[in-house]
Amino acid sequence: MNSFLDNLVLAFYLASFGLHLWHLFTDSRLIGRLGTTCLAGGVVSHYFALLSRAHAMGGVPYQDFYGSLSLFAWLLAVTYLALERFHRQRAVAPFVLPFVIGFVAISTFLAPEPAAVRHTTAHGLLFALHVTMNILAYAAFALSFVVSLLYLAQNRWLRDRRLGAVIWRFPALEVLERMSRSSVIVGVSALSFGMVLGFVWAHRLLGHYVTGDPKEIISLVVFLVYVTYLWLSRQTAWRGARACRLCVACFFCVIFSYTVVNFYLSSYHRFF
Amino acid sequence: MRIILMGVNHRSAPIELRERVAFSAENARRAAQTLRSGGVVEEAVVVSTCNRSELYGVFGADAGRATGALENFITSFHGLPSGSLNGSLYRHLDHDAVRHLFRVASGLDSMLLGEAEILGQVRQAYMAALAGGHTGPVLNRLFQSALEVGKRVRTETEIGTRPMSAAFAAVKLAEQIFGKLRENRALILGAGAMGEQLVEHLRDRGVARIFVANRSRERAEDLARRVSGEAFAWEDLPCALELPDIVVASAGVSEPVVTRVLMERAMRSRGDRAMFVIDLGVPRNVEPGVAELYNVFLYTLDDLTQIVEQNKRARAKEIPRAEAIIDQQLEKFQKWQARGAAGHSTKVVHERASARLHEDREVVREILEKEQETP
Repeated sequence: MNSFLDNLVLAFYLASFGLHLWHLFTDSRLIGRLGTTCLAGGVVSHYFALLSRAHAMGGVPYQDFYGSLSLFAWLLAVTYLALERFHRQRAVAPFVLPFVIGFVAISTFLAPEPAAVRHTTAHGLLFALHVTMNILAYAAFALSFVVSLLYLAQNRWLRDRRLGAVIWRFPALEVLERMSRSSVIVGVSALSFGMVLGFVWAHRLLGHYVTGDPKEIISLVVFLVYVTYLWLSRQTAWRGARACRLCVACFFCVIFSYTVVNFYLSSYHRFF
Repeated sequence: MRIILMGVNHRSAPIELRERVAFSAENARRAAQTLRSGGVVEEAVVVSTCNRSELYGVFGADAGRATGALENFITSFHGLPSGSLNGSLYRHLDHDAVRHLFRVASGLDSMLLGEAEILGQVRQAYMAALAGGHTGPVLNRLFQSALEVGKRVRTETEIGTRPMSAAFAAVKLAEQIFGKLRENRALILGAGAMGEQLVEHLRDRGVARIFVANRSRERAEDLARRVSGEAFAWEDLPCALELPDIVVASAGVSEPVVTRVLMERAMRSRGDRAMFVIDLGVPRNVEPGVAELYNVFLYTLDDLTQIVEQNKRARAKEIPRAEAIIDQQLEKFQKWQARGAAGHSTKVVHERASARLHEDREVVREILEKEQETP
């Protein structure tokens, strides 16, 4: 599916990536602001692109893998934008936006024309909120993954005394640590809310809260590992590279949940 | 109308000579007054800093007469024997004088390439001359263009970014690890000059607490007083090491005083919170093995010097871009000159100059503030 709106979304995100990269090397405030403006433009047009997709499908736009990927990219962009404004840091954008652009490109150029909604049970506000919250959680965890990787790289460069030109543009190590934690807090909150909604939805559909579906189990595992990360990262002995390595490891649970469990293991969550 | 520049700087004259031809603010005013009233020049601005003293003038007479008159003025004003500035005094006319001023304002002619303080000094010199009524249409336009060039070079290139001293490189590294230093604590071991300078930089950047340890209790207390810190007995070093996030080792010792064992104990007590150790000692004050500990960042004087050299090279790479901006402004100025300054009354010129100066004041202040983050 490739409409004018989809192309506009890609154009905004690509422009934002280019401008943020330029800002990384030149530290120009104007370029940085333009980059953020383009990102905001991308987020807004992406929202309308998702609405358009939903309209074409006659239901929520993430009934298939490509729609889910597009929603994930949108929420990743939204979460990043919020993090950038909250921490006043633009240097992370060149490392996050390629994922946004990649996922949008896949859902734009590889997705077939959207078919009508197939799953008669997968509708309604409760279900929509459940899925959106969980994908928001994954996006926030993805962001903390990228930020933690950046922390580990900068930590290594500083310890090895390998200081290039760009390192001075990166946020300080402690700021990166805080950004990673902020992102995980958003993710854990969204996941909690999403899981509760999922249990309520299951009860409404099947008469009981817990179905024993592998997706429920892995979601709980993801929740627990990130809560553990949040607790350990506040302990002084874990602050720094140790916490960031843990955050990186936690993200593999998210990847497992989003791919293997969704594609092969789950019964109730196999929408694509 | 022709422009003349005559002066000495850190390249053309040793400091002893530069000191003798420097102008205080009052002398600069008197010099400009004398030059104009004596008919040597019609407009005059004196720029005098610790690294240069330069006279900028506008005259209508022949260049040879003006040059000779200016040179005689400089030597007689400062009570120097005639010919004593031979070989040290440089002279530029017209295009070359304009280019020179633009390069000075951009920091390209400074001892520390790209430093921003000179922009404020050029502005101050111009303001003083403007206030004294010693400028006219040519020097007003020239100096305003110079301030604009200085501004553009610093915002459009990286000529003024990155630390250029070992002490400030250490401070920037601390900020790269901890972010704002307002909640961090620093410990200085010993009383070396560079260590003291570094600690003063840290204090200026808002470090919350400073501890001082020295073999001599008196010296520790004296330094603690000067940096608003707290003195520690040298014997209490193992306990003192648990407190700071930044350690500046600057003691004159023959063997390391901060050993790996000592640091391991300190890190364990402080829960492995990140620590930045700067070893300025020669011989080294800190055992190299300390660098292998978790969350310890160890930098020696050699490392800091290397960073400064890298930064110097990076700044030098910006010179062509800066020169390109200077060429653009030079062309603009020459076009203006070709159109002629006629038609502007002195009052109008003065009012416009004052208005532009007020705008520039804010921009120059911002640049200077930014420079304080990266001297």
